[in-house]
Amino acid sequence: MNDMRILERTVDVTDVKISARKVQVYYGTTHALKDVDVDIKDKTVTAFIGPSGCGKSTFLRCLNRMNDTIASCRVEGDIRIDSEDIYDKRVDPVQLRAKVGMVFQKPNPFPKSIFDNVAYGPRIHGLAQTKSDLEMIVEKSLRRAALWNEVKDRLQSPGTGLSGGQQQRLCIARAVATEPEVLLMDEPCSALDPIATAQIEELIDELRSQFSVVIVTHSMQQAARVSQKTAFFHLGHLVEYGETGQIFTTPQDPRTESYITGRIG
Amino acid sequence: MTDATLYPAPGRKHSSLLQQDDRTRRRNAAESRFKAYGIVAIGIGLAALAVLLTSILSNGTGAFYQTYITLQIELPQAKLDPKGKGLSEDLAKVTTIGYAKLMTGALAATMAGKGIVVDGLSTKDAAEIISKEAPAQLRDFVLANPASIGTTITYDVLANGRIDGYLKGRVTYATAKLDSNVSPEQLKLADGLVANELLAKQFNLNFLKFPDASEQRPEAAGLGVAILGSAYMMLVVLLLSLPIGVAASIYLEEFAPQNRWTDLIEVNISNLAAVPSIVFGILGLAIFINFAGLPRSAPIVGGLVLTLMTLPTIIIATRANLKAVPQSIRDAALGVGASKMQSIFHHVLPLAAPGIMTGAIIGLARALGETAPLLLIGMVAFVRDFPDAPPSGLFDPASALPVQVYQWTQRADPAFVERASGAIIVLLVFLLIMNAVAIVLRRRFERRW
Repeated sequence: MNDMRILERTVDVTDVKISARKVQVYYGTTHALKDVDVDIKDKTVTAFIGPSGCGKSTFLRCLNRMNDTIASCRVEGDIRIDSEDIYDKRVDPVQLRAKVGMVFQKPNPFPKSIFDNVAYGPRIHGLAQTKSDLEMIVEKSLRRAALWNEVKDRLQSPGTGLSGGQQQRLCIARAVATEPEVLLMDEPCSALDPIATAQIEELIDELRSQFSVVIVTHSMQQAARVSQKTAFFHLGHLVEYGETGQIFTTPQDPRTESYITGRIG
Repeated sequence: MTDATLYPAPGRKHSSLLQQDDRTRRRNAAESRFKAYGIVAIGIGLAALAVLLTSILSNGTGAFYQTYITLQIELPQAKLDPKGKGLSEDLAKVTTIGYAKLMTGALAATMAGKGIVVDGLSTKDAAEIISKEAPAQLRDFVLANPASIGTTITYDVLANGRIDGYLKGRVTYATAKLDSNVSPEQLKLADGLVANELLAKQFNLNFLKFPDASEQRPEAAGLGVAILGSAYMMLVVLLLSLPIGVAASIYLEEFAPQNRWTDLIEVNISNLAAVPSIVFGILGLAIFINFAGLPRSAPIVGGLVLTLMTLPTIIIATRANLKAVPQSIRDAALGVGASKMQSIFHHVLPLAAPGIMTGAIIGLARALGETAPLLLIGMVAFVRDFPDAPPSGLFDPASALPVQVYQWTQRADPAFVERASGAIIVLLVFLLIMNAVAIVLRRRFERRW
């Protein structure tokens, strides 16, 4: 893919989906994330880049409160989705996670059939009234994840039997099956080969029309290829956030420039 | 720039790879020595196992064969049912003494008919080769088949334990001379009966069906009550320890906060697994019998005590298996909006289930072989009556397999050595079956991810 394509892209949607203000995250006594302010727009791919341990995954996991499962983790500050504080006492994280889907670094299909993998979310959320409804949701989700044609003849075979790239697309299908509004992706391609990566990246670009996608990546090329907005994290700080083209061509902060030119990281 | 180039390359002596240096030779020697130790250790273990199994099998297989005397027994109506109405109350009035006389007569008639003459053996002495249990068995047979009254039946009469021992080689003419319970003349009679094919060993399924018998009647002793008692206890243990253990493990592993209290509970569960089983027996005696007033010798109490003993094992196994389910599966479930309980019950528990079942079965197998706590709650009693069907039968007195082994080894008559070994074989077979089930479960349902 041509990396220069990024310059031609413009962001036409302006409404803010997620807004974070003064977010602090602590793991025990370690201050992992400091004063993060960011506005993530709807129907946009936002990439988080930065060296290992800079807090980008931590911030991503704050957005659907997956950090709640880590006992020592403490989140402060204000994170709003559609102007609702997701750390409000009245918010049930389970309900939040139905709205904010997540795809993990390593493909993690359930050790069940392909069909059951995709149908699990709709089943527990009661999205399908009848069996044919459910079959339709599964087909739609697998088509959205560009997997349908490869697996339509073996929906009952185990999801763990697919190749790595197919498994990751299955996980994406599983995430989109619950009709989330935001899709979080934590290094979705780091365990995949270049061809599978290209397929997933193409898919991310298509998913943008329906979801707000936030992707954490180690690969700056990937960020440049798939995202419209990019945020650069370094040592727990959000150093710079802006249009992807601007970040990669005219970074404002010297640290961003060092990172994207490969001097730090 | 790193510091790698700061140090000069070391000056190495040239050495050939085709020749072992001293160091390599010593290391290789140490390795082969270690392998030899391992083989010796395994050899000792296997030899011990072989000795154990052969001794148990050679001693115990005899228990599955029992000597019977085949007699033609006349069942006269005049004696057994004088009123001739065939009512069970009338039949029940005839005691075992009445049946013993019939048998004595039948034996004497057989001896006369076959021309078996033994000098110096009175009819009464001859009748002593019949087990004291036999008249009761015949009586039960007649009560169950009233139609047989007035006919002559061919009946396999249980032989005395010493005669049984003579056929199994335990008793000889030499030992009979010194034995007040059997005389050489009686053995001669046995020889005569064997020659006429009237005295022979038969396969003895009754060993598994009969209840225990008194000290004088080893030939009639069986494992029926013990097997039933053990089965009832296992039922109680399974029904209580599996749900409680799994629920406790899930709570501790998945829900409980990490604080000083849960740490304390964890340490105590590990310690409980190491507590000597007899201590659980004392606990059961104090709590279930003295405080709660449950009956002694009852499978329910035994089951409760063994549940306490098995719980730590099951909890530890369950927690280990829950821990082994990768975090990514939990994340995946939580990520699509499953609640914690849904993620556990839909994904984590099914994946851990084969391991949990294996742990539970191994815990059960340990409980099945446990003796010490049962001694303290009175399961060591002599129980002749079968317990009822559960649930009321759980409160009836019963025995248990390992306790039966213990009891039989305490008795003087050498015939009980054979019985005890036979009971050990039965116990081992049950344990083998349970372990095989555990292995099959693990193989069949274990999933990989």
